[in-house]
Amino acid sequence: MKILVAVKRVIDYNVQIRVKEDGSGVVTDNVKMSTNPPDDNAIEEAVKIKEAGKATEIIAVTVGEEKAQETVRKALAVGADRGIHVKVDGTIEPLAVSKILKKIVEKENPDLVFMGKQAIDDDCNQTGQMLAAHLNWPQATFASKIEVNDKSLKVTREVDEGLETIEVNAPAIVTCDLRLNEPRYASLPNIMKAKKKPIEQINASDLGVDTNPRIEHIKIEEPPKRKAGIKVASVEELVQKLKNEAKVI
Amino acid sequence: MSVLLIAEHNNKEVKPFTLNAITAASQIDQDLHVLLIGSKADDVAKSLSEVPLVKKVLHIDHEIYENYIAENYTAAILKHADKYSHIICSANTFGKNLMPRVAALLDISQVSDIIKVISPDTFLRPIYAGNAFATVKSNDERKCVTIRPTSFEAAETTGGSAEIEKIDAADQTENTKFINREEIKSDRPELGTARIVISGGRGLQSGENFKLITDVADKLNAAIGASRAAVDAGYITNEYQVGQTGKVVVPDLYIAVGISGAIQHLAGMKESKVIVAINKDGEAPIFSVADYGLEADLFEALPQFLEELNKLNTIQK
Repeated sequence: MKILVAVKRVIDYNVQIRVKEDGSGVVTDNVKMSTNPPDDNAIEEAVKIKEAGKATEIIAVTVGEEKAQETVRKALAVGADRGIHVKVDGTIEPLAVSKILKKIVEKENPDLVFMGKQAIDDDCNQTGQMLAAHLNWPQATFASKIEVNDKSLKVTREVDEGLETIEVNAPAIVTCDLRLNEPRYASLPNIMKAKKKPIEQINASDLGVDTNPRIEHIKIEEPPKRKAGIKVASVEELVQKLKNEAKVI
Repeated sequence: MSVLLIAEHNNKEVKPFTLNAITAASQIDQDLHVLLIGSKADDVAKSLSEVPLVKKVLHIDHEIYENYIAENYTAAILKHADKYSHIICSANTFGKNLMPRVAALLDISQVSDIIKVISPDTFLRPIYAGNAFATVKSNDERKCVTIRPTSFEAAETTGGSAEIEKIDAADQTENTKFINREEIKSDRPELGTARIVISGGRGLQSGENFKLITDVADKLNAAIGASRAAVDAGYITNEYQVGQTGKVVVPDLYIAVGISGAIQHLAGMKESKVIVAINKDGEAPIFSVADYGLEADLFEALPQFLEELNKLNTIQK
C-alpha cells in the first residue's frame, strides 16, 4: 500500500493568538509555526502502518507558501519517504486545497490518504471530506483507531454519542483525531537524513486549479472579553455566590 | 429562494441540535424545508412537521438509510438539492462529516460552524479556537453552511403542521459499511444542551476519582464534561471532551475542576454564562475566564461543595 499524508503549517497551538488592529487578520509575523497537531497523528499512523509491513511508501504533501515546506521536512524526519510541496501564496480555502490534492492523488495513485480532521487555524474541518467527494472515495473521518486489512480498513470514529466503527474499501480517505496515536519526536540522525530526502515542488497554477477564494473575510475581530471574575475564599462563599449573586443553583 | 436543512435523528427522534439549526436556518430564509433521510422514520417526519418554523418536510424512507453514512446521505441530498439557495445542518460530528462532501460536489466553498447570521450571505464564525471572530461573506451563488448549535436557541416543537412529501432514495455506496456504534446511555442531561456542566481535568488523577465529579453532578442534575488531558489519560471516554476538538458547551453554569485551562479547552466552554474554577494552582489560566475562582485542593473542596449543596436543600425545605 502507498499512503499519501497531507499536512498543513499553522500557528503553533501554544501561541496566544493576537488579532491585528485593522481587522484584516491575526498576527503571524515572528510567531512560532508548527504542523497542525492532528496532521502529526496522520503521519505517525502512516509510519506505524509501514513499520508493520503493510505499507510500502509514504508521501507527505503540503499546499501553501514557501515556508510550508517545513512541515513536509518534519514529516520526512519522522518516517515519510518523500515529499511534495504545492506552492501557492495567499489565502487558500479547503475547497481549493481539496482540488489540488485530487490532482496529486491522480498523479501518485495512493491507496490511502490520511490527514488531520481539522486545522486549528481556520477550524473548517472540510478538506478530507471534500477530497473524498472529488475522488468518489469512501471517507472515514475523526478516526481514533485504524485496522488495516487486505483491501479495506476498519476505522473507529469519535462521534458525539461515543464511538462508531465503519469499514471502508481502499482507496479511501481517513481524517485523524488526536487520540489515534502518540506522535513521535524526530531523532537528530533522522532530521539529518530527512534533509537528503527529495521534496518535489509544484506550482499550484500549473495544476489548472482555480484557487481564488470564494469567501470574503470582511473583518477579523477579538471575541467579546469576559468581565474579570473574583476569587472566593471558601467553598461556603462559592455556594452562597452561586445561589444569591449568580442565581444559577 | 428556499433553504434546505438536513435533519439529524435516530429514526425514532429528532436530535436536539437539529432544532437549534432550524432556528439559524429560519434566520437565513423563512421558506425552510427539512430533509429527513431515514428508515422507518415516520415518527420523526411527523415531529418535524410540527415545528412551526418548518414549511415543508421532505422525507426519504429507505432501508439503506437505517444507519447514517455520509456517502449515502450525500447522494440523497444531491438528488433533491437543486432548487435550494442554502443547504444547512448542525456543526456537530454529524454535520461536520456530511456537509463538506455535499459542498465539494456542488463546487461550493462551505462556511463552517457559524455563530450568527448577519445576512443570507454573511455570517460570523469563530476561528483559532474562538480566539478571533471572523465576519465572512460567501460569494458562491449557493451556500453550504453548518451551524454551531449552542449559539442558537432551539426551535419550538409544537403548533406547526407542515406538509410531508415523500421523495425518492438515491443509490447506495458499496464502499462504506456501518459496523456498530457504542453509545453510552445515561440518565444525566446531555452535555451539549445541559443547563449545568461540571468538568474534570488531569487534576482528578484517576478515573475512579471522577466519582467526586459525578456525585456533584447528580446533586445538581448536571452533565459531566472533561478536558482533553483527562480523556487522553484514560480517566473518561471521548464523548465527554469539551474543547476545540471536542464539544462546545454554553451552559448557565460551568464548573471546571482540576482543569488548568489550555486554549483548546477554553474554546469549548468560555461562552458559558457563569464559570467556576476550582484548582489548587492559583496561576492556572482557567482563572482568567472564571467568574468565581476557588484556589483549593479539589479532593477537599468537592466533598465540601456537595455538603454545602445538601445544606441548601435543607434550608429550602
